[in-house]
Amino acid sequence: MTQQDALINYCLRLGDTSLILGQRMAEWTSNGPTLEEDIALTNISLDLFGQARTFLTYAGEVEGKGRTEDDFAYHRNEREFYNTLLSERPNGHFGDTIARNFLHAAFLYHLYSALTKSKDDKIAALASKSLKEVTYHLRHSSEWIVRLGDGTVESHQKIQDSINDLWMFTGDLFVMNEVDELLIKEGIAANLNEIKKLWDNTVNEVLQRATLKRPIDGFMQKGRLEGRHAECLGHLLAEMQFLPRAYPDATW
Amino acid sequence: MNYLNKYTRQQIWDFLAEIPDPEIPVITIVDLGVLREIEILPKKVIITITPTYSGCPAMKLFEDEIKKKLHTEGIENVELKMVYSPAWTTDWINDAALEKLKNYGIAPPVKGSEDKGVLFKNGPKVVQCPQCGSNETELKSQFGSTACKALYQCKDCLEPFDYFKCI
Ligand SMILES: [Zn+2]
Repeated sequence: MTQQDALINYCLRLGDTSLILGQRMAEWTSNGPTLEEDIALTNISLDLFGQARTFLTYAGEVEGKGRTEDDFAYHRNEREFYNTLLSERPNGHFGDTIARNFLHAAFLYHLYSALTKSKDDKIAALASKSLKEVTYHLRHSSEWIVRLGDGTVESHQKIQDSINDLWMFTGDLFVMNEVDELLIKEGIAANLNEIKKLWDNTVNEVLQRATLKRPIDGFMQKGRLEGRHAECLGHLLAEMQFLPRAYPDATW
Repeated sequence: MNYLNKYTRQQIWDFLAEIPDPEIPVITIVDLGVLREIEILPKKVIITITPTYSGCPAMKLFEDEIKKKLHTEGIENVELKMVYSPAWTTDWINDAALEKLKNYGIAPPVKGSEDKGVLFKNGPKVVQCPQCGSNETELKSQFGSTACKALYQCKDCLEPFDYFKCI
């Protein structure tokens, strides 16, 4: 594997994760529990789409074959997506969405923080831009975790169930392969073993404050590095990709 | 025609200083700090801008407006460059614009305030109500009508208002 191949793959991982989570959040449009929350969820979606665009565009630049952000978003099949398994989990009820977003935002927050020091100038610049936005996402979801966890008996039980159900997808966030190995050596990528420690601290702090229990690590579902996804990603892509595939001549 | 003989950097800067923000028409792209660089070449003018938020829908409009404006001023060949580093911050909004925001009914970002903290920081301590000037206000939602704003409510005059949040 060349450094160029590794860098393309790394950009796709970051871009795909933001794209898929952004699409999930867009599904909340007009379905939020309150008007303010509807606006918050869709604003988060907008930030994520913006981040996805910059990373996918950069993947195309590194590849040098003229592929654009749209080519990557609309003309790949599910096995060619490298988003985290957590990002594709269905929205469920509001608590499920908040739990997923929280576990994910804590990951992206620490990942982008580390990537601001990347030796690849473009990655460092995009990470510092994204970090500012993800900081707001993390605050938004962590405050809800506390509000629901430390709320009523019913809200406490529901958000605990949501965390428990999603826990098996958190192991996938931190798996690494030869792409990471190569790019870490070059000072470009972040070591996910280090990110895991920081993520643990943040998650523990918030769960404790929310009077919630951290689930015990059991079986962890993995697959993002190989593009192995849950069935739900196919349904998401079918909706997201339908128009440009059915009408290839359509333009913005 | 040679652009180098015909225009100065300040002139082009002034042209672009007339372009209003599409969402907040009282301030311009120069006020916001979105315009970063102007480079005049013999046959081309390169304009460098930076996005406020990654997903800000106004960026495409900014690009179109910049081209349109320069075309009307006789500059046909315009190249737009987007830079991401250093990342845009609300600290770049100039003081005159902060005042304009306030008069328009949007509480300006409280510079260097602690709403840049990560967990459990409910925005800056004091956001002044742009309607009545009261300091007794509360955060209703971190996300407002656009990506750059949060929603507040005044406890004195009871009016809701937008706060241009710090990033
Ligand atoms: Zn007031």
